[in-house]
Amino acid sequence: MALVTPTVRRPDRWATLHRSARARPVEWLVERGILLVSLSAILLVFLIFLFVAREALPVALGRMTSARGQRPLPVDSLDQIPRESLRAYLGLKADEFVAMTREQLQLLMEIKAEELAGVSEDKDAAVNTTQWRYLIGPHQWSDYDQPEFIWQPVSRVPKYNLVPLVIGSLKTTLVALLFAVPLALGAALYVSQLAAPQVKEYLKPVIEMLSGIPSVVLGFFGLIVMASALQFVFGYQYRLNAFVAGLALGLAVIPVVFSIAEDALTSVPRSYVQAALALGSSRWQAAWRIVLPAAAPGVFAAVVLGFGRAIGETMVVLMASGNASIVSWNLFESTRTMTATIAAELAETVVGGHHYRMLFLIGAMLFIVTFVANLIGDVVIHRLKTKLEGKA
Amino acid sequence: MSKVAIRPESFDTQLRKRRRWQRMLLRDENLAWDIRRVGVDLPSSVFTGLTGGATLMIVGILAFILANILWNGWSGLSWRFVVAGTTEDMFDVNKAGVFPMIFGTAARVILMTLFVIPVGVITAVYLTEYASPTSPVTRIIRGAVNNLAGVPSIVFGLFGLGFFISFVGGHLDRLFLPGTAEPVWGKPALVWASMTLAVMTLPVVIVATEESLRAILPGLREASLALGATKLQTVVKVVLPQALPGILTGGILAVSRAAGEVAPILFTGAAYYMAHLPQSLTDQFMDLGYHVYVLSTQSPNIELTRPILYATVVVLLGLTFALNVAAIVIRSRVRQRLRAMH
Repeated sequence: MALVTPTVRRPDRWATLHRSARARPVEWLVERGILLVSLSAILLVFLIFLFVAREALPVALGRMTSARGQRPLPVDSLDQIPRESLRAYLGLKADEFVAMTREQLQLLMEIKAEELAGVSEDKDAAVNTTQWRYLIGPHQWSDYDQPEFIWQPVSRVPKYNLVPLVIGSLKTTLVALLFAVPLALGAALYVSQLAAPQVKEYLKPVIEMLSGIPSVVLGFFGLIVMASALQFVFGYQYRLNAFVAGLALGLAVIPVVFSIAEDALTSVPRSYVQAALALGSSRWQAAWRIVLPAAAPGVFAAVVLGFGRAIGETMVVLMASGNASIVSWNLFESTRTMTATIAAELAETVVGGHHYRMLFLIGAMLFIVTFVANLIGDVVIHRLKTKLEGKA
Repeated sequence: MSKVAIRPESFDTQLRKRRRWQRMLLRDENLAWDIRRVGVDLPSSVFTGLTGGATLMIVGILAFILANILWNGWSGLSWRFVVAGTTEDMFDVNKAGVFPMIFGTAARVILMTLFVIPVGVITAVYLTEYASPTSPVTRIIRGAVNNLAGVPSIVFGLFGLGFFISFVGGHLDRLFLPGTAEPVWGKPALVWASMTLAVMTLPVVIVATEESLRAILPGLREASLALGATKLQTVVKVVLPQALPGILTGGILAVSRAAGEVAPILFTGAAYYMAHLPQSLTDQFMDLGYHVYVLSTQSPNIELTRPILYATVVVLLGLTFALNVAAIVIRSRVRQRLRAMH
């Protein structure tokens, strides 16, 4: 009986059978443990948004103020002011305030009055710049000619307008997608439909190698090599700009779009292609008119996921975009994206301050945008696979 | 009656016929690949050329990047550079070394593996072996895991700062070390950077493990159960050993992704400069990727720094590529086994 393979090599395994029955409580515990660990891992996904949003919430709900619109109180009115409002005016804690002598309080009031004298001249100082209408709308700041969108968190009056950053992000993402999508889709079509099988075997891993390059290396490459070369070719004024950053970013997007699109194109049943070829179409016609339309949702998903990758990429744009927050759709001007702003500024903020919370608000916005992009991409791919393969 | 002799075809004739058929079939096969002969229409050949050109361009860009980095980085690379620390001037070619950065990167990656592998494998086991495959809960979990993979890495950095450092670290300080002025846990540290990266690479491990778990023949599980093993015994002694290559792949992919990431550790542990190696979990560390960023943006004289910058990039790329190649080799073996079974 050659067919009987010795699967049970050790007959003493029988012993474990009896033991296992008695060991059930332990197993039950272990299995609960498995459930617990996996549920907490899943909880983490939701925690991510929770903790980023938690830090951003006071700003998002308008509970913070950056206004410093206090009027200086005359120093000799020290005795007339109610004790409590004097404490608030000087910004002291209750126990500190009690420990102060009258002379110390007087000195503090003089300092405060001096401090406020400069500020109260400026009508911008009275503005709470963390309000939503200052975050998204233009505002007439006192030293500007016209209403403008300004991101300038480190200044006497911190200005937190998000529009320059959003435009910066969209600008670089657009360049990246315009560069990466045609290349990646062309390559996906070629590799999955047109290339000979032997060539395909080598091409796929080589293109996927691109995704193994860390983004900081792509950023370095954009900054050191591409920036100078492109400036030499196109002759624009600023060496680091949205165009350079977008092209470098495109290198990070190509493998994402390629592998998802290639996967979708390959999952189209071969019988479609065979039928088309039998009817006399060329390989290209079969690929373009049969396979591509059948896999169109997958290609769309590839582009959406590529968008999510591009808008969330940090190091490339931080290094190659020039980081000037300007409202302009000119691709050849220095630009600053949402991600780069977080990376560059968070280390210098006061924990819990409005600048800190504003950066978390940007992070929460990024999370939502990429989450929605991923969700769309995932659902589309899932549906496509169900349709093409006839299974869930 | 004369018999009509039905002469059997001679062997030679048979062979000739067979060869002719073969030739025809083969030619058709070749024709299909050869656009010059089948492609009567111009557009077909033009567009095939275009897509082939796109492929070639991507490969060319990749080759150019790697060649440029290797060409320029080779000269700056030396044994001293790899094993020496930086004591005086980290922008000086003759004095700089990257050992502290290699050490820091290795430390954070190894720590991360310790966190992410057990959690990822257990979650994957739950999803494939225990959870019902059709229930909406499982689908939501899968969706959430997939989405985790697409969250920008800088958001993970924010999460690490908000959750691990401010929340967990802050509470640890308040609980165990009340009254200490300097925070011990509630500041950027090696352990928090590793944990942040572990959260980030969790989907990689889960997806790879799940894939290899699903590739195991259901017959194996059934045989084990039929022999009287309990479900847990089956999972631990039959399923998991079979899935080991997949788990390994997931681990290596996670490591190679984490090794090159900079954005998540910017605020959770990476240091601009440290005179000594990290001594404990709560120390900060220097990091290869962050060092590339520092060298290329903070250098007082980029022309002088260029050789060490390139050399550092070579070290970083060498590290991540070696890991990637290992993962690809293991994964292709697993996939082959998967294909052989179906």
